Amino acid sequence: MEAQTPTGFIELDQVEKVFDVRRKTGFMRGERHRVRAVDSISFRVARGEMVGYIGPNGAGKSTTIKMLTGILTPSGGRLRVAGIDPSRERTRLAHRIGVVFGQRTTLWWDLPLRDSYRLMHRMYRIPDARYRENLERCVELLDLGELLDVPVRQLSLGQRMRGDIAAALLHDPEVLYLDEPTIGLDVVSKSRVRGFLRDLNAERGTTVLLTTHDLTDIEQLCKRVMVIDHGRLMYDGALAGLHEVGESERTLVVDLERQLPPIRLESAPSVRTVKVEGPRQWLAFPASESAAPLVARIAADYPLVDLSVREPDIEAVIAKMYESAGGM
Amino acid sequence: MRLYAVVAAGQFRRFATYRTATAAGVFTNTVFGFILAYTYVALWDERPQLGGYDMSQALSYVWLGQALLMTCSMMGGGFEDELIERIRTGDIAVDLYRPADLQLWWLAGDLGRAAFHLLGRGIVPMLVGSLAFDLALPSSPGIWMAFLLSVALGVVVSFAIRFLVALSAFWLLDGAGVAQMAWLAGMFFSGMLLPLTLFPGVLGDVARALPWSSLLQVPVDVFLGKYPGWELVRAYAFQAGWAVALLLVGRMVQSVATRRVVVQGG
Repeated sequence: MEAQTPTGFIELDQVEKVFDVRRKTGFMRGERHRVRAVDSISFRVARGEMVGYIGPNGAGKSTTIKMLTGILTPSGGRLRVAGIDPSRERTRLAHRIGVVFGQRTTLWWDLPLRDSYRLMHRMYRIPDARYRENLERCVELLDLGELLDVPVRQLSLGQRMRGDIAAALLHDPEVLYLDEPTIGLDVVSKSRVRGFLRDLNAERGTTVLLTTHDLTDIEQLCKRVMVIDHGRLMYDGALAGLHEVGESERTLVVDLERQLPPIRLESAPSVRTVKVEGPRQWLAFPASESAAPLVARIAADYPLVDLSVREPDIEAVIAKMYESAGGM
Repeated sequence: MRLYAVVAAGQFRRFATYRTATAAGVFTNTVFGFILAYTYVALWDERPQLGGYDMSQALSYVWLGQALLMTCSMMGGGFEDELIERIRTGDIAVDLYRPADLQLWWLAGDLGRAAFHLLGRGIVPMLVGSLAFDLALPSSPGIWMAFLLSVALGVVVSFAIRFLVALSAFWLLDGAGVAQMAWLAGMFFSGMLLPLTLFPGVLGDVARALPWSSLLQVPVDVFLGKYPGWELVRAYAFQAGWAVALLLVGRMVQSVATRRVVVQGG
C-alpha cells in the first residue's frame, strides 16, 4: 500500500540528488567529494496548481526540474509525475509534460518558427486537427502571427521565449515546467508571458511549476511558493507568509528637492532610512505593508520630487530567513 | 518515421538558407578542382595508368572528390560541431527529454544536409570539371544510380564516424582535438588527397579496408565502373557493413553517455 494523496499530481518523497565531483588537487591527484544538489526534498503539487519554485543560484532548482523531466535520475527517494517514474519512462512521460528552459531553446535556430512547430507535430504525434487548433490558439494568445515565417535567429529574446512556450504546449501537456521563463525579458514581454500563463492555468487547468529569480513572477502568478536553498526546502506556503517568515523589506527610493537630514517618521516606526546620497534617500519598510500611506506621509512633510519602490530580491529574503531562524 | 523525415527536410532547408556560403563553397571547390586536376595531369603524364586509372579516370576522381567533399563531410563540416557544442553547453538536456532517438535524429538531419550539399555543392564543380577536362562519365543510367546508392552509404558511414567523434565531448571538455584527428584521418583515408589505389603494399590494403574508404574511394570506383556484376554487391556490403557496425558502436556509446549524464549531471 502506498500512501497517496488523491490530488498529488507531482509527488516527491525524500528525493535526493548527489553528484560526485572530482577536483584536481595536483599532478595526477584528484579528490572526490560529494555534492548534495537536492537534499531530501518532499512536496506534492495538485493537478491544476501553479507553484513557484525559487531559490538563489545553485540552490538545486534546475536539478529538481531535470529529475521531474527524467533527464536526471534521483540518487534516493521517490518521485512521481502523473503516476509515472520520470527517469524510468522518460519517453512516455514526455508526451504528457511540456518544458521551457529560459536559457535554452527547443526551436530550430536557422529556420522559420513554423518549421519548429511542424517538428513538434510529428515528434509528439499530435492529431492534425488538434495540432491546428492548438497552434492557432497559441499564435493568437502569444501574438505569434507575424513571427511564424521569421527564422528563429532573427527573433528578439521575448519573441523567442513566446515561441518556445508555444512549442511546449502544442501537445496539450498536463504539466508545464518553466525554468526562468522571464529571464532577460523586458517589462512588456514579461507581463505578456505572465498573462498567458495565468490564462493557460485558469482555462486549461494546466499544472505549472515555475522557477524564477523574479519575485514579481511569483506575486502575479502563484498562490503557493516553495523556497529551496542548498538543496533543502526552506519554505512551502503562500507568498505573503514568505515575506513574514523572511521579514523581507521593500525599499522606497525618494528624490527630494534638496539634500536634507535622514527622513524620520514618528508615526511609522517600522520604517528606517538606510542610506542618504545627496537629495536621494533609501527607506526600508516591511514588504507586507502597503507603500501608499508611507508615500502620503512623506509627501506631506517633505519636498518630494520623485520616488520608486524596489521589491526585495530572493537572496535578501532567504538571508533574512536564516537570520530569523537564529543563524542556522 | 515521419518525424525523421521532417528533421531531414528541415536540415535540407536550413543549409539551403546559407546562400552566400554555398556560392563561396562552390567557388572554392572549383578552384581546388583545377589545382588538383593540373597536378594529376602532370603526375599521370609521367606515370600513365598510375593506380589503375587512365588520365580521364584520374581527372574524374579529382572532380568527384570536390563534388563529394561536403556531401560525405570528408573534412568535417556537418552536424558534429553543433552536437559537440550542445553537449558542452548542456543544451543536450533539451534533446534528451524529447520523445525522439538521439542518433536517429542527428542521422536524419545529416542525411538532409548531405542531400542539399550533393545538389548545392556537387553539381556545379562536376559540370565545370566536365567542360574543362575530358572526364570518364558513365554512359549508362544504371551506373549513375549505383553511384548515388554508394554515395548514400558513404554518407551514413561518414555520419557514424562523426557521431562517435561528437559523443567524445561527453568525456572530454573540448572535443576539438578529437574532431581534428578525425578530420586528418578522413582527409587521408577517404582518398581525398590521393586515390587509395596508389598506396603500395600493406599501407594500401589497410587504407582500403578502413571505413573512410567508403566516403570517396568506393563511390568513385563505382562511378568509374570498377565493380562489374557481383563486385558491386561486395562493394555495397563493405560500405553497409561499416555503416551498421559503426552505428551500433555509436548506439552503445550513446547509451553509456546518456546514462552518465542522467546519473552524473551535465
